[in-house]
Amino acid sequence: MNAIETKHLLKRFGTVTAVNDISLTVKEGEIFGFLGPNGAGKTTTMRLLTGVLTPDSGSVRITGIDIHRHPLDAKMQMGVIPENSTVYGDLSAEQNLHLSGQMYGMPRAVREKSVDDILSQMGLSEKRHLPVRTFSKGMKQRVSIGCAIVHRPKVLFLDEPTSGLDVQSRRLVIETIRHMNEEGSTIFLTTHNIEEANMLCQTVCIINQGTIVAQDAPERLKKMFDTTQSVEVSFDRPVTRELFADEGILRAEPCGDKWRLYTDNPDHVLKYLVGRAALESIGITSLVTSGPSLEEAFVRITGCA
Amino acid sequence: MCVMEIPLALRGILVITRKNMRLYYTKPPVLMFGLLFPLFMFFAFFVGRKLDLATFFPAFLAMMLFFTASSVGPLITPWEKREKTYERLLSYPVTQDTIILGDVVAGGVFGIGISILVWIASTLFVPVSIANPGFFVLAFILGTLSCAALGALLASPASDSPPNVMIFSNLVRFPLIFISGIFVPLAQMQGPGLTLAYFSPLTYLVDLFNAAMGGTSAFSPAVDCGVLIGVSAAFILAARIIQTRNLVKGL
Repeated sequence: MNAIETKHLLKRFGTVTAVNDISLTVKEGEIFGFLGPNGAGKTTTMRLLTGVLTPDSGSVRITGIDIHRHPLDAKMQMGVIPENSTVYGDLSAEQNLHLSGQMYGMPRAVREKSVDDILSQMGLSEKRHLPVRTFSKGMKQRVSIGCAIVHRPKVLFLDEPTSGLDVQSRRLVIETIRHMNEEGSTIFLTTHNIEEANMLCQTVCIINQGTIVAQDAPERLKKMFDTTQSVEVSFDRPVTRELFADEGILRAEPCGDKWRLYTDNPDHVLKYLVGRAALESIGITSLVTSGPSLEEAFVRITGCA
Repeated sequence: MCVMEIPLALRGILVITRKNMRLYYTKPPVLMFGLLFPLFMFFAFFVGRKLDLATFFPAFLAMMLFFTASSVGPLITPWEKREKTYERLLSYPVTQDTIILGDVVAGGVFGIGISILVWIASTLFVPVSIANPGFFVLAFILGTLSCAALGALLASPASDSPPNVMIFSNLVRFPLIFISGIFVPLAQMQGPGLTLAYFSPLTYLVDLFNAAMGGTSAFSPAVDCGVLIGVSAAFILAARIIQTRNLVKGL
């Protein structure tokens, strides 16, 4: 059985079509990445999938249950971490988790065990009684994730779960996603972080202007654009973009103390760089070639370079 | 939602009610406009004047119930939208109907709880009697329901600003107390005032309390009950329609 299945999903806001005839399938046990530029329709799609919004037409099934005919049964199967939504600031972490458990009808004893486990897993045991409004953004997000997984959902929806988090909190979120997936949950992950999607997801779906423009395994998506590769180079002193004025270099982007050069002929670019560096007496401190990235695929597919 | 989901819906209403009670009963706007304001109105209009308090007590009780039961509802949805908890709430196994009913019940419990306390406390100072206990209970239940439903309806405008919604709700609630037979008994009203009174649901609550406590009423208690049931249903339905239309705003 598919964990998520949508058919011809359509949602309009006035004259704007936010989601246009989207059909997608997420297999049970899969980590599914949903990518797209700002305003592409990611959050609207997720709200349709989680029953927050009702589509103008089309259907959504969560573990085979039609969410718009049986919203409560379908929602019982899922946990949701909305992008902008947070937990109750006036309640403590523990109270928020209990409230969430009550919403899913968990018996008290089961709930207490689950809440204890999650507080410990999220590193919040010591602050369990403090009001969430006193927490940092990362800690609030941990409580938010805890609320979504307290009942061990079959399907977990996460909308930009690592956005704006510090490294520790980000790692914890990613570990939790992996852990939930290992325990059998299907993950539907909306993210701006393409590297995160590349790292975590078995399937990536790219949406642009309300329409799905690509859906495949990350490696296969990259191969769609394997004519474009990149060379990452750093020098022992700062250089300007003029250094990369060569017909073999399609695009040059500064990346911290390095430059990333996009090319369809890495051999030519490597020889050019070595020759030019020698000519200008510049030392090369590192030189790495790499295949097409998912980011490149994303940029090419969505046409927003 | 199908019949099989009714137990889930009832559980949702219960959990939302408890959440609302815990989070919103002690919020300053609820205490100010739900509790202190009707007391101040009582002191301003009834205390120090040569009025028969026992005669006006049903009207005061109706006013207390009206203010308390309708003060929680307007706060909840705008507060949740402002604090960005509304989308998460919607993603739980609840529907918008469940949320509205949870808000109505929370408002109702607040209204009935405070009003019963006020009634019990008042019996120490005012010689109030109950002519018809059945009508008295009905007045409490239907009054609570209709006023709490009005509270949920007042929360429906697309706003994530609780102060704005509270101002709007008071703009609606305050005029009602002056045209509903609270300060001027219905029997003494005439002309446009009386016509306006017919359009206020509070009029029928005051009248039902009069029937329950004094044994006399301007309308038949059956009419009072029918109107209160009707307006409760209409308020909940209107809240549902408006909140569905405004759902995206504030998510």
